[in-house]
Amino acid sequence: MTAVTAEEATQGAADGAAADAARAEAFDAAVAADDRIEPRDWMPDAYRASLVRQMAQHAHSEIIGMQPEANWISRAPSLRRKAILMAKVQDEAGHGLYLYSAAETLGTSREELLDKLHAGRQRYSSIFNYPTLTWADVGAIGWLVDGAAITNQVPLCRCSYGPYARAMVRICKEESFHQRQGYELLLALSRGTPAQHEMAQDAVNRWWWPSLMMFGPPDDASAHSAQSMAWKIKRHSNDELRRRFVDICVPQAEALGLTLPDPDIRWNEELGQHDYGAIDWTEFQEVLKGNGPCNEERLAQRRRAHEEGAWVRDAAAAYADRHAERPGTSGAAAEPVEATA
Amino acid sequence: MSSSTDWPLWEVFVRSRRGLSHTHAGSLHAPDAEMALRNARDLYTRRSEGVSLWVVPSTAITASSPDEKDSFFEPAGDKPYRHPTFYEIPEGVKHL
Repeated sequence: MTAVTAEEATQGAADGAAADAARAEAFDAAVAADDRIEPRDWMPDAYRASLVRQMAQHAHSEIIGMQPEANWISRAPSLRRKAILMAKVQDEAGHGLYLYSAAETLGTSREELLDKLHAGRQRYSSIFNYPTLTWADVGAIGWLVDGAAITNQVPLCRCSYGPYARAMVRICKEESFHQRQGYELLLALSRGTPAQHEMAQDAVNRWWWPSLMMFGPPDDASAHSAQSMAWKIKRHSNDELRRRFVDICVPQAEALGLTLPDPDIRWNEELGQHDYGAIDWTEFQEVLKGNGPCNEERLAQRRRAHEEGAWVRDAAAAYADRHAERPGTSGAAAEPVEATA
Repeated sequence: MSSSTDWPLWEVFVRSRRGLSHTHAGSLHAPDAEMALRNARDLYTRRSEGVSLWVVPSTAITASSPDEKDSFFEPAGDKPYRHPTFYEIPEGVKHL
């Protein structure tokens, strides 16, 4: 699906600067025309590197994000909630796989991406370094964390890199279920006993601010934003998306009968949007540096899962090798494909 | 880590319902065709998106080069007479 062949690479070197300039021009024109860049197209090295960084971080976030919620599968309060939560956690694994595949079209291997995650050399979203203390946290994650993710991800469906945009279309379709199940879960608790209501409010209190931080640093402090927007990888600034999210959440919180833990939230008639309080960016930086409540635990669990799964990968590879030695024993492929459909 | 290399890459094609062609859905890694098919089911049809699946080793696909796009597809460029709109038909003539 990806690789530039050796022949193409040699040819690229031989053609020299003139051809490079022509290719750069074609790339710029495609981006300007809102056309999509596809894996085998020429692209600037920095564009490729920026995409790999963002897509890897996105993929890692999906699979690390399985942990805080999977923590509650065995203690879900009903079979209905348990089935829903398992489906959601399975979706997160799927989203990770879509994104790893898309990242691989840029010439990086799956193994390399996982190695860098395990070595702490590539990041995942810092939101997953917070613990899930009660069942209500599963609801707050669905409503707020997935809600923030959707606000971030919908514009990525129009990202200039084709495989990333296509992966995001699929992911966004599935995220909607994630957000609605969380909202419904919180609603049930909010309308339940006083203790359940309090549990829901406590979860919202803890998840609100970290959810706002998911949009990344303020625009004037965001290292990659300007270039990503010029390349149309990003379509809106961090602060713009954050404000959009606040506007969406305020009425949703009211309908839940819960309050957002920010006394400064009020409607600004003049601007036609909500004002909100100052975000504690020191906390964000600390979690990013590895000092969040669960940083070590998440990475240790990921490494352990990978190491403990090694025998399964080895067994599957050994089985495949043995079957490859005895042709005709596996699959049904020796006919024209249409005939097998 | 005991497995030192990735499993081969497979391209996945899904027929969403009978009467439609299989379309490319994405790719995945698997040790063999059978596992690729099972993984494809779990990855690309969790919400009944398909009634049939193909998996093809990515290495088996030969693609045209984007650099030769213009010259490669050029032969069709100067043949507008292959389109029905090329022909002028008197007004009022029906079923044509």
